[in-house]
Amino acid sequence: MSGTWITTRAWLLMLPLLIVMVAVIGWPLVDTVHLSFTDAKLVGTSGSYVGFDNYVRLVSGNAFGRTLFTTTWFAVVSVTAEMALGVLAALLLNQQFRGRTLLRALMILPWALPTVVNATLWRLIYNPEYGALNAALTQLGVLSDYRSWLGEPGTAMTALIVADCWKNFPLVALIALAALQAVPRDVIAASFVDGASAFARFRYVTLPYLAGPLMVALVLRTIEAFKVFDIIWVMTRGGPANSTRTLSILVYQEAFSFQRAGSGASLALIVTLIVTVLAIVYGTAVKKVAGSAA
Amino acid sequence: MNRFFGRTLLSATLLTAPFSVPAFAETQINALFMAQAAYSEADVRAMTEAFTKTNPDIKVNLEFVPYEGLHDKTVLAQGAGNAYDVVLFDVIWPAEFAANNVLVDVSPKITDDMKAGVLPGAWTTVKYGDKFYGMPWILDTKYLFYNKEILTKAGIANPPKTWDELAADAKIIKDKGILATPIAWSWAQAEAAICDYTTLVSAFGGDFLKDGKPAFQTGGGLDALKYMVDTYKSGVTNPNSKEFLEEDVRKVFENGDAAFALNWTYMYNMANDPKDSKVAGKVGVVPAPGVAGKSEASAVNGSMGLGVTTASKHQDEAWKYIVFMTSQQTQNAYAKLSLPIWASSYADPAVTKGQEELIAAAKVGLAAMYPRPATPKYQEISVALQQAIQEALLGQSSPEDALKTAADNSGL
Repeated sequence: MSGTWITTRAWLLMLPLLIVMVAVIGWPLVDTVHLSFTDAKLVGTSGSYVGFDNYVRLVSGNAFGRTLFTTTWFAVVSVTAEMALGVLAALLLNQQFRGRTLLRALMILPWALPTVVNATLWRLIYNPEYGALNAALTQLGVLSDYRSWLGEPGTAMTALIVADCWKNFPLVALIALAALQAVPRDVIAASFVDGASAFARFRYVTLPYLAGPLMVALVLRTIEAFKVFDIIWVMTRGGPANSTRTLSILVYQEAFSFQRAGSGASLALIVTLIVTVLAIVYGTAVKKVAGSAA
Repeated sequence: MNRFFGRTLLSATLLTAPFSVPAFAETQINALFMAQAAYSEADVRAMTEAFTKTNPDIKVNLEFVPYEGLHDKTVLAQGAGNAYDVVLFDVIWPAEFAANNVLVDVSPKITDDMKAGVLPGAWTTVKYGDKFYGMPWILDTKYLFYNKEILTKAGIANPPKTWDELAADAKIIKDKGILATPIAWSWAQAEAAICDYTTLVSAFGGDFLKDGKPAFQTGGGLDALKYMVDTYKSGVTNPNSKEFLEEDVRKVFENGDAAFALNWTYMYNMANDPKDSKVAGKVGVVPAPGVAGKSEASAVNGSMGLGVTTASKHQDEAWKYIVFMTSQQTQNAYAKLSLPIWASSYADPAVTKGQEELIAAAKVGLAAMYPRPATPKYQEISVALQQAIQEALLGQSSPEDALKTAADNSGL
């Protein structure tokens, strides 16, 4: 059989999938790009061509810069914390001890919860009048009075990050744990024989095996965190005084609350662009790490 | 998508038809309601069941979302082509919905009996320009609730008639050590805050718009925000108010942690229910206060209506359902949760019994209902004002600057 025939047949076999991909991904994307150059409303008028007006108005508006900063802050802090906690949890759960299986199963629980449930749960924990956090901290003597965690700009963002971390670090832990199982026991045994310290064992034996999978976790979590919407919408709706308003909330307000589908689309595309750039940068880094680990 | 499901459903019906009772030509309509306040989900289901008993050929599928999702869900469903037939809408949306052709103009369907029987103020809920976009269903405004026991303990004989009196009374309660923060409001970054603000704007004689331009940044609109900030800074307002929605206010009040609270009608009977509330039997209700020399009482129009969407394929059935849901009979049966829209209901002892105090407050409050601005840009004004209120409360900017920024960002 000639090579071209194999290639042709491969394409033929992939064709149904390609058609579906174009239909469900390609077309909406093209439509969104088209929409972003119009002043279309969500219902009613289909809008007329306005060129780059939407983009210029949005990026030069005073909300965009601040929201971009808020989003980046949320993404960087929550992802860093999730990575650290996740690796730590994985290292602990990789030890031999009684109840390890149960603990591993329990750890998945937060991640399995729907985000809205998680957000509602944390809203109750942070409740300024009857919340568990206030009760615990006052009983421990850390606080003298109950505090409004979600009502102060200084604490609202941190409170959200904690809630997000609690839900998402198990994913990182899960990926890291799977990677840890791949570290050959004889290599670890050899490092003991060589008298390597705990840190040295982690740095030179374990980490190279972890690096690739962790990079994948990092990419997944960063993209997700950058697009964060539901947890914030349920807990603060972007408040107080817009201190927790992220890009996705801005997109939502623009497109659905204000019904400006056109400018909502352009804002959504800006977010897509940022996320794509992040993904490419990370992708290159993954290749490098994977290459050096091999 | 819809058509696909319809066809699947049809073939499923055809296949199972021989095994089931002969099917009637049944029409299905989808209705979107709110999952909180006034009528509860169970009540709406009970009302709908009563409707299907008399109209077995119409099946009503009910869906409930929190108030915060109602507007967006309505618009989104319409935009996505799987619109609801019947939607519950807030008094602030007819302008926008009319401008974007979301709701059917039902003016020709409103009968003379309806026009004569329904309270004149209730019609403002569903009217934009000179057209009617539905039937008023929940007639509502915010009242001042007070804890009788706390007032007695503080030696206050009568509930306050002006906002200044309210602040002074709250200070007495605070100073006597009865409650650290006597007033509870719903000032979260949400529409709830605008309802409290509007009540104050009406008391201080302010305007939202003048000749289509923002006018809330001076006069009564500015005084209203200054009042909010003053009571917040002086500590008589519960500082957590800035993350409260109405349900949070209700819980704080029912727990006995507030002497005064601004809230909708539904709180009256819930707070008086010993199963739910620690303050049952001690709940007083009066119209929201006025401002000396400017107003006797104040109130925001927080009513809601039921309308038919333009995308509905069963507009007649949808309207039939709305007529039933808003009928005097249905409304009287559920008057403990939301006061009827029908004028003659208030003379009916079955409606007034046990809630005489609320009805007395309603007579003043409903007559004083102040509208939030009727403009297709309402959502933008609201979001801008929500931010202004929170910035002023948090001390990030002065009330003057905050409202000026809101006016600049209002889109008008």
